[in-house]
Amino acid sequence: MESTILSIKNLHKRYGKIHAVNNVSLEIHKGNVYGILGPNGSGKSTTLGIVLNVVNKTSGEYSWFEGTLQTHEALKKVGAIIERPNFYPYMTAKENLELVCKIKNIDYSKVNEKLEIVGLVDRKDSKFKTFSLGMKQRLAIASALLNDPEILILDEPTNGLDPQGIHQIRDIIRLIASQGTTILLASHLLDEVEKVCSHVLVLRFGEVLYCGSVDGMSNKAGFFELQADSNSKLIEILKNHPEVEKVSEAEGKVIVHFKTQFEASLLNRYLAEKGIYLNHLVYKKMSLEEQFLELTKN
Amino acid sequence: MKRLLAIELQKIWKNRASRVLTISYFVILSFIALIASINIKIGNFQLHFAEMGIFNFPFIWHFNTYIAAILKFFLAIVIVSMMANEYSYGTLKQNLIDGMSKKEFVLSKFLTVVLFAFVSTVFVFIMSLILGFSFSSYTELGIVFSEMDYLLGYFVKLVGFFSFCLFLGVLVKRSAFAIGFLFVWNIIEGIANGLLTFKIFPKSDTASQITQFFPLESMSNLIVEPFTRLSVIKNIQTAVGETNMKDYSVHFSSILIVLIWSGLFVFLSYKIIKKRDL
Repeated sequence: MESTILSIKNLHKRYGKIHAVNNVSLEIHKGNVYGILGPNGSGKSTTLGIVLNVVNKTSGEYSWFEGTLQTHEALKKVGAIIERPNFYPYMTAKENLELVCKIKNIDYSKVNEKLEIVGLVDRKDSKFKTFSLGMKQRLAIASALLNDPEILILDEPTNGLDPQGIHQIRDIIRLIASQGTTILLASHLLDEVEKVCSHVLVLRFGEVLYCGSVDGMSNKAGFFELQADSNSKLIEILKNHPEVEKVSEAEGKVIVHFKTQFEASLLNRYLAEKGIYLNHLVYKKMSLEEQFLELTKN
Repeated sequence: MKRLLAIELQKIWKNRASRVLTISYFVILSFIALIASINIKIGNFQLHFAEMGIFNFPFIWHFNTYIAAILKFFLAIVIVSMMANEYSYGTLKQNLIDGMSKKEFVLSKFLTVVLFAFVSTVFVFIMSLILGFSFSSYTELGIVFSEMDYLLGYFVKLVGFFSFCLFLGVLVKRSAFAIGFLFVWNIIEGIANGLLTFKIFPKSDTASQITQFFPLESMSNLIVEPFTRLSVIKNIQTAVGETNMKDYSVHFSSILIVLIWSGLFVFLSYKIIKKRDL
């Protein structure tokens, strides 16, 4: 069993009437890449804010590294970026990172190395205020990596970036993930999460809707897309099949969901036996996006 | 402690505005020496400050600390903005995420305040020593190092005032507003003082008994004005028939009041930062 890096139990946060985080529990294990999904205002950032010591919880518990360290000591072993990069605008990139070194109580030896990873070595002596948003975000990642953290927490790291910027950040995240660093990535950009994460947590209105592996989330919901000469007859026959959960028609295609895993060949034979020959048969997995929309509906 | 100071000093020193203000403060502070060269002649009346005894030991301790304290506003701006900037840049949040505890954060600010006050005190001490040895009529060591409590008073006064600025920076989060608030507070104390002295307790010293506990009033009580203590002024006063029984010394009670205020301001700053969601 991998060691637990962060565990959250029954966390609540209220802002007056608004219940921003409602009974969130989760465990982060070493070596996995986690995604937190949720629409805007679903409590992602608040949850991260609480464990990062910048937002006060209303009730509940969280502990870093199995409770062996106080929160601020634990945070020295964590790298985190929240929403927008916060640095001293009048200091250069290098000076800003050196300040972080002082706070984390480490020496300056890593500064250049990390600037190299994010491709900012050439600009290390430029003031932070002269940076573009993408560069600022990359500097934030360099800063989060300074202490070779046990876990990297990224809250909307590609927010507001142009396509190149998004691509660069994603490459960096993938590189870091491949080195075995635990990552917790909060985002509402689903393909981002789908591409890099092994586990997901879906939040809505501060509540956890799903928590588990990405594959687990998609497996449940495979479906077939069918088309025959007579769709209405096809639907009628499908409805009589005992294993079918739901049939619907969209854009001239018949969508059928089965209660359990169902083989395409079996379906084809069944329909042929009933005298229906298909023009079109595709087995589809719901994309994370469709899953997510399904989950967060109503 | 060294780490916290190093963090804070980097933040201040790399900021051009703060650096310029800090340097100007010390440069202007050393201009007190220029008072020595003021030499005004009006007909046969001559006003030469250096020869009026303002640089005589031990009076110089009183005079220089009083004058130097007026310049504290330079550093007050630095301190208010070092706090308010943390909010406007969002770096308070980042510092906490990077692993600074809220306690360490406030402590690093307070240590800087104490350091500023200390360096300033040492500066005034050395400058007064030099000025005194150049102009004082008495240079016996016993006299030179008497009435040193003015330096202690000066140090405490600065710590108290800067802690107040720090607190306002935390409370208001914007430098300009915090400095505005400081002036408003000054006026409020002035009005309260006036009301108490002239309306509520006109015939007794109850008013000053109360106002000595006001934060700014308590700070200004630490070092009372030195001008009426000068022999020249005293002569004029006795000439017009006024007897001056003013107490010029630094009182332990005033020091205690200011220290309590400083402690309170730092504690409240910590409480606010702890309670606020960022």
